[in-house]
Amino acid sequence: MNTVIQSKPNQSNLGEGAPAHSTSGNIASVQGKNPQHTDIPAIQVEAVDLSYGKVEVLKQLQLSIPKGQIIAILGPNGAGKTSLINILLGLTKANTGRAQVLGEAPGSMAAKLRLGVVLQHAELAENLSVAELIQLFRQYYPAPLGLTELLQRAGLTHLKSRRYGKLSGGEKRRVQFALALAGDPELIFLDEPTTGLDIQSRQQLWSQIRQCAEQGRTVVLTTHYLEEADQLAHRIVVMNQGQIIADGAPQAIKSHIELKQVRCTTHLPAQHLLLEKLARDPEVAAIQHDIVPHEGSVRYQLRIDTHNAEAVVRALLQTDDQLSDLEVSGAGLEQAFLALTNSQNAGETKVNQAKTQEASA
Amino acid sequence: MNSATQQHSKPGINWRAQAYEALNELRRSARMPMFVLPSLLFPWMFYTFFGVLFNKGGGHAAYLMVSYACFGVIGPALFGFGVSVSVDRQQGLLSLKRAVAMPVSAYFNAKIIMSLIFGLIIIHGLLVIALTMTDLSISFGQWIALATVLLLGALPFCALGLAIGIWVNAQAAPAVINLVYLPSAFLSGLWIPIFLLPQSLQQVAWILPPYHFSQLCYGVLGISQGYPMTIHLFALLAFTVLFLALAKKGYQRISDR
Repeated sequence: MNTVIQSKPNQSNLGEGAPAHSTSGNIASVQGKNPQHTDIPAIQVEAVDLSYGKVEVLKQLQLSIPKGQIIAILGPNGAGKTSLINILLGLTKANTGRAQVLGEAPGSMAAKLRLGVVLQHAELAENLSVAELIQLFRQYYPAPLGLTELLQRAGLTHLKSRRYGKLSGGEKRRVQFALALAGDPELIFLDEPTTGLDIQSRQQLWSQIRQCAEQGRTVVLTTHYLEEADQLAHRIVVMNQGQIIADGAPQAIKSHIELKQVRCTTHLPAQHLLLEKLARDPEVAAIQHDIVPHEGSVRYQLRIDTHNAEAVVRALLQTDDQLSDLEVSGAGLEQAFLALTNSQNAGETKVNQAKTQEASA
Repeated sequence: MNSATQQHSKPGINWRAQAYEALNELRRSARMPMFVLPSLLFPWMFYTFFGVLFNKGGGHAAYLMVSYACFGVIGPALFGFGVSVSVDRQQGLLSLKRAVAMPVSAYFNAKIIMSLIFGLIIIHGLLVIALTMTDLSISFGQWIALATVLLLGALPFCALGLAIGIWVNAQAAPAVINLVYLPSAFLSGLWIPIFLLPQSLQQVAWILPPYHFSQLCYGVLGISQGYPMTIHLFALLAFTVLFLALAKKGYQRISDR
């Protein structure tokens, strides 16, 4: 994954104190924000369960997010990210457990007045203009940001008279972002804000999100791009199958999640000592071993998902001098999520996996 | 900021939000002439064909004008609510509005106001047609009373439209509304006077909201079938409660999903 690391918001300067960078935004109004409530987390989720019929969507979810950070909730489709956001917005009710937003009940007017939202699927009225939509949303809040400032912040000044239906996908997202900012919120939820956007629009949105954090706002965003989470967030919460499977700083998550895939054709059988050893290696996430016909003799197609491709390749080359078709590539995020989920069940799974592959071959 | 928040979260009505929500609802409609014109022309045309031209010299001028006025105000109430709520729901706009600090009442009030404005335009158009093309005679006071009953009587149909909009998807909503609207209007005697319908159909009318609505309106001019107005009023209230309960059940289903 080749990512150009851009300047991140300065982590040590976040929170309720002075923002690190001066921006064109309305800093003064943010600085005075609730100094007496700094101990209340932006988000508190305790033992939340959610199921639709027999399908368990969230399982005993536990999460606490302090104020003043950018948090990325990362996971594949169907991981339960949107369900979690919907619970925090009061759009969905959890079956059991407790959730609080800024110390208030999700969906209560007290909470809503202090947060902003960009939903994943929400089309606004097509025949209203950008300015009209922003004006409408400004009316909901007691101390909204100014129309001019919102237009400028979202890069919409030149589009203010255009009808929403005539905007491009990226411009629509920026309008939705401006609406989320309208109430000068302490907390902003963005549910997959950049899905379907081109690179330029995505980067514009990223810089606007950073600007929010620089002003002391808490930003919670969901994404299924590791790159996005890594570039934006101070903390990444990885979800899969309704559970939080990792939670930490981007660097830690990235090294944990960024798998390489080593593929080769070998004559090492599955029972070979090296493969048994690799299966026990904590850095190896998965091994797949399939028999392939090869000019009368037995060859195997080997695929290893690992955090340390170099070590695996070195060991393979040392052990098998006839190794061929060697290929190293970045494994997909799906494999990484699977690996993270499986890593809770420790190395034996991998051995079994390898054995099963062998048996079926 | 904090004190302002507290001030604002005190129970009270956010009039600005209410007004803007209604204003934008108006703009949305006004910018869709292909929606506005047919909605207005349909009842006028219907009345001109069946209430005026078809009935030349047949009398009942007041009766027919009132029935088509009932028919006319029910339309925007059902469609304005049913179709737009359904579309908003499907496009995620309703979710967004529920997630932000918009007072939920502002959303519904805006649509009620929209329906009433449509209703007002429709009944005044009908009045003009009636006054110029039939021998209708109606006093100013009678008209004000009639218009008030017509507009208030549209509210139960807003509730019905809401229930349909919440339960039925956007593609199906117009068809479902027509299926409810047109037969119930006919069976309630809004196209052909109820007393001209076969006796058995006249019985069926009792279970239809438009029947009770129209009888209340005829009552204003003293040309109802003669049953006590309280019965019709009570029936309409009961229907309204039923429709709102249905809508509420659907709304809860959305938030549990």
